[in-house]
Amino acid sequence: MTLLDLPPAATRGNPATAAAPYWDTDPLRYLDEHGAPAEGGLRPAEELLDPERLLAVYRALRLARAFDTEATNLVMQGHLAVYPSSRGQEACQAAAALCLEPQDWLFPTYRDTAALAVRGIDPVEALTLLRGSWHCGYDPKRWRTAPQCTPLATQAPHAVGLALAAKLAGDPVVALCLLGDGATSEGDFHEACNSAAVYQAPAVFLVQNNQYAISVPLRKQTHALSLAHKAVGYGMPGVRVDGNDVIALMHVLGEATRRAREGGGPTLIEAVTYRVRAHTNADDAARYRDQAEVDLWLARDPVDRLARYLTATGRLDDGLDAAIAAEGEKYAAAMRERLNVEPQVEPADMFDHVFASPTPQLRAQRAAVLRERELEEAAREGGA
Amino acid sequence: MMAVATDASAPRPAKAPNAVSNTTVTFAKALNQALADAMSADERVLVFGEDVGELGGVFRVTDGLAARFGENRCFDTPLAEAGILGTAIGMAMYGLRPVVEMQFDAFAYPAFEQLVSHLAKMRNRTRGALPMPVVIRIPYGGGIGGVEHHSDSSEAYVAHTPGIQVVTPATVDDAYWLLRSAIASPDPVVFFEPKRLYWTKAKLSLPVTTGPIGTAAVRRPGRDLTLIAYGQTVPIALETAEHAREYGYDLEVVDLRSLVPFDDATVAASVERTGRAIVVHEAAGFAGFGAEVAARVSERCFYRLEAPVLRVTGLDIPYPPPKLEHWHLPNVDRVLDAVERAMAA
Repeated sequence: MTLLDLPPAATRGNPATAAAPYWDTDPLRYLDEHGAPAEGGLRPAEELLDPERLLAVYRALRLARAFDTEATNLVMQGHLAVYPSSRGQEACQAAAALCLEPQDWLFPTYRDTAALAVRGIDPVEALTLLRGSWHCGYDPKRWRTAPQCTPLATQAPHAVGLALAAKLAGDPVVALCLLGDGATSEGDFHEACNSAAVYQAPAVFLVQNNQYAISVPLRKQTHALSLAHKAVGYGMPGVRVDGNDVIALMHVLGEATRRAREGGGPTLIEAVTYRVRAHTNADDAARYRDQAEVDLWLARDPVDRLARYLTATGRLDDGLDAAIAAEGEKYAAAMRERLNVEPQVEPADMFDHVFASPTPQLRAQRAAVLRERELEEAAREGGA
Repeated sequence: MMAVATDASAPRPAKAPNAVSNTTVTFAKALNQALADAMSADERVLVFGEDVGELGGVFRVTDGLAARFGENRCFDTPLAEAGILGTAIGMAMYGLRPVVEMQFDAFAYPAFEQLVSHLAKMRNRTRGALPMPVVIRIPYGGGIGGVEHHSDSSEAYVAHTPGIQVVTPATVDDAYWLLRSAIASPDPVVFFEPKRLYWTKAKLSLPVTTGPIGTAAVRRPGRDLTLIAYGQTVPIALETAEHAREYGYDLEVVDLRSLVPFDDATVAASVERTGRAIVVHEAAGFAGFGAEVAARVSERCFYRLEAPVLRVTGLDIPYPPPKLEHWHLPNVDRVLDAVERAMAA
C-alpha cells in the first residue's frame, strides 16, 4: 500500500491511529469543545486562570479575529496583494505572541500576521509584505520579531542561531519559531530541530498543524504517529496540544519557554488546529475538502470556546463582550481607513539596502531608474 | 561567557594591532592567521562548521582556533549545511559576526536556499535593520585529485545572486587581507578558497595594506593583451605571460580577486591599454562568470578591441574523475592557443 492508497477513513496522520480519532484522545487540553474544563484535562498554572489574565488573553483572541477578518475584507477589495488567513488559528496566534517576554524573539511565517498584531506591531507595518509595498514593514529589532518567512521552515535555523547567540552571551532570551504542518517535511525543519537539541539552544518550535499545506492534507505529509512524535528523534520534549484551547496552549508554551530560558533546551509543540479559510484568497478550498469538515471545526472555534468558559465562570457578560467587540471594530476601522489609500513607494529603496554602500554598478542603475521616473512624471505633467 | 553587542554595525576596534611580521607561510596558514587575528580583534567573530573544531578543518585552515579561543568561539556543528548557514544568519541577527566553513564546494549546495533567500536579502527586506555580516568560506576548484563532488567551481551560481559579495584570493597576501576584509565587511561574503593553492608558499608581510573588497589587481603589466583571471587561474595566467614572451607577446595579467563587486574600472582600463582580452577560469564556460566579464569588456571597450574577447574555461561537462581532470582544466597551452588566436585577429 502506498501513502496515496490510504482508506478515506484515515484522514489524519497514521492509519494506525485512524480507529481512535486523532482529535478526541490525544492532544493536551484544558477546555473541551464547549468551553468547559475537560475531564482528565491538564491542570494549567494558577496564574493562567487569573481573571484579569484570562480577559487579556480573550481580548488578544478577539483582536486576532478582528485583524484577520478585516485583512480578508481588504484583500477581497484589492487593497492587499494576497492574504493567507489564520482564521480558526487565533488561539495559536494570540498565545505565540503572549507567551513571550519583551527580550524574546518571534520567528513568524506569512500566515502569522495576526500574531504580529497581538505582539503590538502596527497593522499597516505588519501588512506591508502582503500589501506588496515592501518586504518587511516593521523594525525586527524593535519588535524582536524576524521578518515573516515565506520559504517553508527556512526561518527555523535562524531561530536556532539567534537562540544560540543569546545562550553564548548569557542572555535570558528565547526564540519562538512558528511553523505549519507542511513545513515539518522540509529539510530545514529537521536541521533546525537537530541543531537546537545538540546545542541545547533556548528555542521553541510551535507547529500549527492546521491540517493542510495548501491542498495537501496531513496524511500525505507524514507517516508519523503525530508531528510531536518527531521530537523523540531529536532528543527533545514533544508535546501535542489542542490548538484551539488557548489556556492549554499558554500552559504548554509557558512550560517550554521557561525550560528553554532555564537552560533546559528546545521543545517541539504540535498545536492541533484547522485552517478555516482557503490557503489564500487566490485558493479554492472546495476543490479538495468538504464543507462538512469545515463545519466540524467551526464548532470548535477557539474564540467562542474561551468566551463560553469566561461566561460560565462569571468573568464575561454581554456588556463586557460588546465592549470588547467594539474595541475590535475600532481597530478594524482604523486598518480599513489606513489601508484604503494607495501606499507610497520609493524606487530608490530598491537600491539603497542591497549592500551597506551601493556598488558603482548599483549607483548607475539607481540613477537610471530615478531618471526614468523623472521622465515619466514630466510626461504626465506635460499631458495633463 | 563572552559579551555580545546587539548592534552588528557598531565597530569594535582591535585589542592590539597586528604584529609586524614577515614570514614565509602557506596560503592555508595565511587564512588561519587571518581568522585568528580577526577573532582576537573582535569577540563577536566566531567560526563554526563541520570538523573545524578539534580537527582544525580538513584543510587545517581553522587549526588551533578552538584550543586558543574556546569552544564558544570555534566549534563543530552537526553535518547540515543549510542548518549551518541558517544558524549563522540567526546569530548575525543577534549581532554576532559568524564565519562558517562549507567543507567542500559541492557540499555547500544544501545551503543554497539560505544563501539566496535569506543571507542575500535580509538587509534589503528589512531596509537595513538586519545586516548580515556573515562569511561563508568554501574551498573550491579541482586539480587536487579529488573524487566526484570535491572539485566544483560554483562561483557563478553565487555571483548571480544580488546582495552577496564574492571574492577569491590568488596570493598569500590576498588570502590574509581579503579574509580580514570579508570578516570586517557589514555585508555577506562568499569566500572561495582555491584548494589547489592551499599549499603554495610566500612571504606574508604583516600588517597587510588592506583595501576595500571590490578592487582587482594588475599582477603583471603588459602592452599586447589582458589575461583576466581569478583564484587558481591567476598562476596559470602569469605562467602563460612568461611563455608568451618567447613569442614576442607582452601580456598583462589582471587578478579580479573580487567577482562581486566587480572592478569595471581596473578591467576596462587594462583592456583600453592592450586592446585584447581573454578570460580564464576553471568553471564550465557556458553561462559562466567569464561570459559576464566578456560582456562587460565588450560594452566598455568595443571600439578599442582588436579581437573578440575570448574565454579559456573548464569544459561544459560534469567535473571529471581525477584521472581525467587534466583534460578539463585550463592550462598554459590552452591559454597560449587563445593568445595566438587573439593576436592573429
